[in-house]
Amino acid sequence: MSLHATHRDAGQVTVVDLSGRIVLGDGSALLRKTIRGLLEDQRKLILLNLADVDYIDSSGIGELVSGFTAVKNQSGDLKLLHLTKKVRDLLQITKLYTVFDVFTDESTALRSFR
Amino acid sequence: MASDAKHLEITLETQVESVNLAEELCLRVAEAAGFGEDDCYRIGMSVREGVINAFHYGNEERPDKKIHLAVDLTADKMIIHVLDEGAGFLLSDVPDPLAEENLLSTSGRGIFLMRAFMDEFDVISGKTGGAEIVMSKKLPAPGSASRNGQGGQGAKPQQEA
Repeated sequence: MSLHATHRDAGQVTVVDLSGRIVLGDGSALLRKTIRGLLEDQRKLILLNLADVDYIDSSGIGELVSGFTAVKNQSGDLKLLHLTKKVRDLLQITKLYTVFDVFTDESTALRSFR
Repeated sequence: MASDAKHLEITLETQVESVNLAEELCLRVAEAAGFGEDDCYRIGMSVREGVINAFHYGNEERPDKKIHLAVDLTADKMIIHVLDEGAGFLLSDVPDPLAEENLLSTSGRGIFLMRAFMDEFDVISGKTGGAEIVMSKKLPAPGSASRNGQGGQGAKPQQEA
């Protein structure tokens, strides 16, 4: 299943709803394009909703980290919402769970940007 | 190797599509061998990472080079070999992705994931001179919770060389 991405504004925060697999190839490329596009539009507060992302490989992890760094470098913030068990486990064993702010509730996540 | 051991091998092009193809192929073998969902996920992910490593680092994305994938199903484990046509590498030279200074690296987690998800993992010098990843997973015991109930140790892979 390829990756699909749509985004919506919630005040100053942009919520990106992702579904599918973030893996080497089109999935990673779409995530990169989406985040870079938002930064070009000066949307620097980004919440990635991963509720429907059930698979991420090392390329996808790399793209998440790359996006996180790019946003931080522009004084923005990128946070994660609704991790599936597989994705949460993957972020835990790679120690990235301590790097990203992760939320299970969208309104709490949105408030955290203030 | 036991007489009921099964062997499958395939030569893959150095292209992104080979990663998905290798994963799907090995998942079918793993499912037929009786691995449960979680183990299939770990095996599939490890095969992806092995082929990504061959595609990107070993063969440096050069289309004139090949990736050689082999799967052996023995009486007690599934063994996967991924061989590239690159210059080879030493495991000891691979940076630790969990080190503080590498946490925000955008690459370098593939070897770590294969080690974490498989029971045995090694990198040897392959017959092409490239790196050969060799990794294995013990077959679930008959009747164990991790067994998926489909197929079994005697189940045949869909393709055999």
